[in-house]
Amino acid sequence: MWEYTDIVKEHFLNPKNVGEMKDASCVGEVGSIACGDALKLFLKIEDGIIKDASFQTFGCASAIASSSALTELVKGMTVDEAMKVTNKDIASALGGLPKEKMHCSVMGEEALEAAIKSWRGEDVGSHEHSEGEIVCECFGVTDEQILHAVRENDLKTIEDVTYYTKAGGGCAKCHEKIEALIARARGEAEPAPAPKTAKKLTNIQRMRLIEEVLEKEIRPRLQADGGDIELSDIEGLVVTVSLRGRCTGCPASQATVQGTVQAILREKVDPEIQVREA
Amino acid sequence: MGAQNTVYMDNNATTRVAPEVLEAMLPFFSERYGNPSSMHTFGGAVGREMREARESLAELLGCGTDEIIFTSCGTESDNTAIRSALTAQPEKRHIVTTRVEHPAVLSLCKFLERSQGYRVTYLGVDAEGLLDMQELTDSLTDDTAVISVMWANNETGVLFPVPQIATLAKSRGIMLHTDAVQAVGKVAINLGELDVDMLSLSGHKLHAPKGVGALFVRRKLPYRPYLIGGHQEHGKRAGTENTTGIIALGAAARAAKAHLPSENTVVRGLRDRLENALLAAVPDSRLNGHRHERLPNTSNISFKYVEGEAILLLLDQLGIAASSGSACTSGSLEPSHVLRAMGVPFTFAHGSIRFSLSRYTTDADVDYVIKHVPGIIENLRKISPYKQGAAEPLSPLDSKPPCGC
Repeated sequence: MWEYTDIVKEHFLNPKNVGEMKDASCVGEVGSIACGDALKLFLKIEDGIIKDASFQTFGCASAIASSSALTELVKGMTVDEAMKVTNKDIASALGGLPKEKMHCSVMGEEALEAAIKSWRGEDVGSHEHSEGEIVCECFGVTDEQILHAVRENDLKTIEDVTYYTKAGGGCAKCHEKIEALIARARGEAEPAPAPKTAKKLTNIQRMRLIEEVLEKEIRPRLQADGGDIELSDIEGLVVTVSLRGRCTGCPASQATVQGTVQAILREKVDPEIQVREA
Repeated sequence: MGAQNTVYMDNNATTRVAPEVLEAMLPFFSERYGNPSSMHTFGGAVGREMREARESLAELLGCGTDEIIFTSCGTESDNTAIRSALTAQPEKRHIVTTRVEHPAVLSLCKFLERSQGYRVTYLGVDAEGLLDMQELTDSLTDDTAVISVMWANNETGVLFPVPQIATLAKSRGIMLHTDAVQAVGKVAINLGELDVDMLSLSGHKLHAPKGVGALFVRRKLPYRPYLIGGHQEHGKRAGTENTTGIIALGAAARAAKAHLPSENTVVRGLRDRLENALLAAVPDSRLNGHRHERLPNTSNISFKYVEGEAILLLLDQLGIAASSGSACTSGSLEPSHVLRAMGVPFTFAHGSIRFSLSRYTTDADVDYVIKHVPGIIENLRKISPYKQGAAEPLSPLDSKPPCGC
């Protein structure tokens, strides 16, 4: 059972400002029924001041409580003040939330932002996730959302990011990307992509890489000169090739094999590769 | 019943210790603390009581006393059974199980697959939670070491045709283990007439305390112990016996045998009344799991447009204890693996509530739940942006499943 504060319980059991607002100035929608929670926030704005706010929420107790607290929080604020409201403000208005439930407060912040943007006539896209690229496909979370949550809440681990944004809470395929985003947001160097030749390759990996380099880098060059190349055999570090087209019988073929083909393969695959002509 | 002012409808999670069980076990916490392995009368007398407990359990299951190994819980029984089947047949590297098993089996199989290179077939279920026997038959190979299927599902109560599966397994010479943690005491089981090789059960699901379970292992079945040490349980499970727990399990088995007929009449009657009333009173609600091939005590109902945790907390305010397969209560972010395997739509899966009754559930309990649930759902639907009858999704995200895995 979750440990909810008395304020959370109060907002859940007796939520404030529930329901659709017929004469709302703007509406912000986030989440979906598939994801397990969704919030529709209605604001009435007059002279740049939020005169009224109401909500409809599908979700757990903390989602309903966060929505209720948000509406209470923003009533009476200027639009500019409201734009500065963060998920932390919502969570602290509730006396805190269990860390696994922080995404409920993030949902509140996102709905508020979406509503204000729509009032200002800014493009909010078809839904709230219009900015950035989707990182977590399970829950439709973008890189921008993750970066924002990490910066705003000083998040350090993938688990933290999942608690705040749900990203990574499904199939876990995006965990590496989330890790890189955490590093970027925290101003740390992103883990550099491993140089292709740095680690020791297995035989199969080396063969595949040789084939790939031949196909993508070497063949196009020779073809540009009217020639062609075919891979005959790979045995350990010895690569045997056949030259075709205009390369056949070309006096410069030896130079091509040694100079071009071997040099490229040595650079891209292994510095000890030897190339021979069949 | 139970704790003051609690209407307890969560008996698939755990049950109250029956008064007669508590009475039977208490002396073994105090004056009768002897070790049954001891040579003195003080300890030996405890051993005699343990033998009686074993006889009672054997009688409930229709098996021999030498076929029962006492363990610490259902999970230990499941782990022991599957690992024993694999260790005893090292040449076989394939396991057949289902997608809706309890984590005690499912997580173990995933572990064996990931870190020990076993091949595992996870059989699917249909929309009502039933297995396809043809698919099961087709999945078996000469390499299959063990089939592990649950007798009754903890979330929906759906029963798998274990007797039929047992016949199939025997004809193919493949070991069969069944996790019967939810079935024992609720459905009649006679291992004397069944070709089941191993069966797991747990004390606290049948009114014994937590911390005791048992594993049935058919006589002459190749068996490899999991815990190695002393000679307890004839060397099949080392470790000083949990005498109080075992004696309690014996008393619980006697009570279960006596109450078995009423599970299918009285408890089933209460469950059906609760279920029919809720489905009739709440629009956009549905039953999860096959209506008939099901435990008599379990009802899993989904309420569209609302979320399970919110329902549970409102029930809790009224002193009603139940469970949910919603994402927010499962500790993960996705709804129950059982409901997903059945293809329950997300619009329903997040709002699932499991009511599980017992012989201690009263008519008044059922009336109380029937009285309050419809109002709770109505109130939550007033807050929800999704409306009854409105099939249109709120955002484009709704139109695609949240996870492809």
